[in-house]
Amino acid sequence: MSDRINENKFTCIMCPLGCEVSVKSDESGQITEVLGNQCAKGEKYARDEFSHPLRVLTSTVAIESAKFDRLPVRTSDFVPKDKLFDLMKEIQKIKVKAPVNLGDKIIENIFGLGVDIVATRHLGT
Amino acid sequence: MKKLTTDIIVIGAGPGGMAAALKAHEMGVKNILLVDRLPEPGGILQQCIHNGFGLQKFHKDLTGPEYADAYIKKIKNSNIEVLLQTMAIEITKDNKVILANGADGMIEVSAKAIVLAMGCRERTRQQVSIPGTRPSGIFTAGVAQRFMNIEGYLPGKEVVVVGSGDIGLIMARRMTLEGAKVHAVTELLPYPGGLTRNIVQCLNDYNIPLHLNHNVIDIYGKDRVSGVKIARINKEGEPTDETFEISCDTLLFSVGLIPENELSRMVPLDINPVTGGPYIDDSYQTKRAGVFICGNAAFVNDLADYVSCEGEIAGEAAAKYINGSPETGTSVKIVAGNNIRFVVPNFITRTDHVTLYARATQPMRDVTVSLSGGIINIKKQIVKPSEMIELELDSEKLKKIKELPASPSGGKELVIDVRPNK
Repeated sequence: MSDRINENKFTCIMCPLGCEVSVKSDESGQITEVLGNQCAKGEKYARDEFSHPLRVLTSTVAIESAKFDRLPVRTSDFVPKDKLFDLMKEIQKIKVKAPVNLGDKIIENIFGLGVDIVATRHLGT
Repeated sequence: MKKLTTDIIVIGAGPGGMAAALKAHEMGVKNILLVDRLPEPGGILQQCIHNGFGLQKFHKDLTGPEYADAYIKKIKNSNIEVLLQTMAIEITKDNKVILANGADGMIEVSAKAIVLAMGCRERTRQQVSIPGTRPSGIFTAGVAQRFMNIEGYLPGKEVVVVGSGDIGLIMARRMTLEGAKVHAVTELLPYPGGLTRNIVQCLNDYNIPLHLNHNVIDIYGKDRVSGVKIARINKEGEPTDETFEISCDTLLFSVGLIPENELSRMVPLDINPVTGGPYIDDSYQTKRAGVFICGNAAFVNDLADYVSCEGEIAGEAAAKYINGSPETGTSVKIVAGNNIRFVVPNFITRTDHVTLYARATQPMRDVTVSLSGGIINIKKQIVKPSEMIELELDSEKLKKIKELPASPSGGKELVIDVRPNK
């Protein structure tokens, strides 16, 4: 029986070396081998990137009655990478009214991820 | 003309200027004037809505506006006078600063010390001589960033980014998330200009192709950009016949930054042709006593965190200068050697602690970074132009430098080199 082995390559960003780390996995998605990293951090990075890559999302929302028309926002914590475009769709629907303070929750517990969309600056009227 | 007198004037309220003003305030300087042309402090940080700021300075992953806010709050709670929507237009031969704004007209400021913190400007299409028509839809990456993040305009839908500087990479991701299609990022050199983390998280995450050794050699379109011609670049840096075309409505240029030193030239200060900023010592003092400079006006930094650190050094040195206790000592010149494009500061006089920042000319693996006189020899697995080499000189190393014999010409000069280990 020949198992199909998948190979995914990642550029490690843990240090300036930027190792090309390849993660080999079987059909069920189980990691069978990690190659190309030069340290333990690199292996952990590649395993995480393969199984559950996380990112911080930053964007802006429309704001009324402020000196600018856009309010910068971020996710309060990491979110799954494959949710970024879905999150953007929700963020694009929002319009807030000044004043807003840094850290104010703009969307609470978005998609039940346990993460909020928060304002990253103060914008007065 | 309205006249003002102050102890220290800081020109530019970005990360460098804010840090300089706050440090001088902390040192007990009573009258500090912080000037900026924008309607609010923070400088370019306010349009850098992405994260990645503060990792070094605060050990937190902050966005640009959050990073700026940490300093703005402190400035609001101090008696630092902030003059916004005010342009510094001239520095006279006797160190007077001429400002202009809508409320006061012209203002002449007499200060005991000046800190220059004007930041830098983006290189444009003209400065990299890209031929073609001159339609609308051509922006520098930073201008597009301001349009999107502050003014709320999407600059276009079908995008090509010319150059792989960090702002271009950040904007490739930003425009993709807002629904634009980024077709390609081109880079003339065989390696990217931006940080690896930006290549991974801004391009790879969204499958945006990065064409190394490629450049845009023609721009098409009458009223609006309609496309570009891209050519492979040979080892001599010349375009080859291997070309392809991409239809697009927008071009973003991210082809390098130039320190903003129009005011410095009026002092006048000699500009180092390699960094684009004036020559500086380790207190970030220029060759004119009492005139200090920090951040991207001095040389282009990788991170805002570094800029803030330099602002603190310049602010502290300016405070010591006006209190009549400037840093003094024998000055040792630091020069760039093998595979080093530049090193700053250019002169060392301090005895406590100095950080040297060196920019590699090209990537090199398995190397030793050395400072002559046996002061530093460190092995590194890699050096690359996009990530500055930092060398720390503690009091012990600075003592050793002091004890080194002078060269036959009388001066002392140390060379920083990067050499392969084999």
